[in-house]
Amino acid sequence: MSEKELQKTENAAAAEKIRNVKTFVPRVDIYETKESIFLIADMPGVDEKTVEVELEKNILTITGWTDEGKLKDHSLLFSEYETGDYERSFTLSDEIDREKINATVKQGVLLLELPKAEKIKPKKIAIKAA
Amino acid sequence: MFTPSFWRRRRFSESVPEILRLQQEMNRLFSNAGQSASIDYPAINVWEKNGAAVVTAELPGMSIENIDISVTDNVLTISGTKKAHELKEGESYLRQERIPGSFQRNVQLPFRVDSKEVDAKYEKGVLVVTLPRLKEDLPKKIKINVN
Repeated sequence: MSEKELQKTENAAAAEKIRNVKTFVPRVDIYETKESIFLIADMPGVDEKTVEVELEKNILTITGWTDEGKLKDHSLLFSEYETGDYERSFTLSDEIDREKINATVKQGVLLLELPKAEKIKPKKIAIKAA
Repeated sequence: MFTPSFWRRRRFSESVPEILRLQQEMNRLFSNAGQSASIDYPAINVWEKNGAAVVTAELPGMSIENIDISVTDNVLTISGTKKAHELKEGESYLRQERIPGSFQRNVQLPFRVDSKEVDAKYEKGVLVVTLPRLKEDLPKKIKINVN
């Protein structure tokens, strides 16, 4: 584990914002069950009002923005991390049931449930003896 | 009126983050050559207001029971355990970038902390610890007697 892995990564590929803020790549875990694909994204500083999940064609984009992380009336003495927006896109295969995507945010972590479409769920085919 | 001390202090506090960041950057550059660098997690920001320090840290997805905050004299210690999602049977990771494990971070402050008045909040995955200065250590106004 290197120090770099623990620090926020800036999303250089993201389109520049009109607001002068940095865009970061949220770290994600993706795991698969028989029924769904789950995506967990670390986005400290966002809540359900400041996060957006968008699905256009097969591109899933998660965006979040924070209120600059500044404390009112306080002066910053020492800084190790910066705050800004989050943006990351994933290409989905067609096997996701778009209607049933479920998203929740808890303590700065976004949990996305992407249910697999019925037709691709593995089906056991009974083989008859001839 | 010309107030040199105030001016100097302001300038200094504004330039401090820049200098420290530069120093960190240098340390990181050189530390890669030899032994592994010590890892400071979580990253912190330190703020100041009315003599009290406010330490903020990004710790997404923790539960309050898993964060420990302690203060001794002038050292703040933040420690905790970041749990990974436990996979059940039939589940498999396609991608794992969020690093689980335990961490500890000591922060030395330039003053003794009034440990009874320390306040900690955890919201939206961001920890905010307010550390007031010990009252006995606060600067005292000295009255000048005119005889």
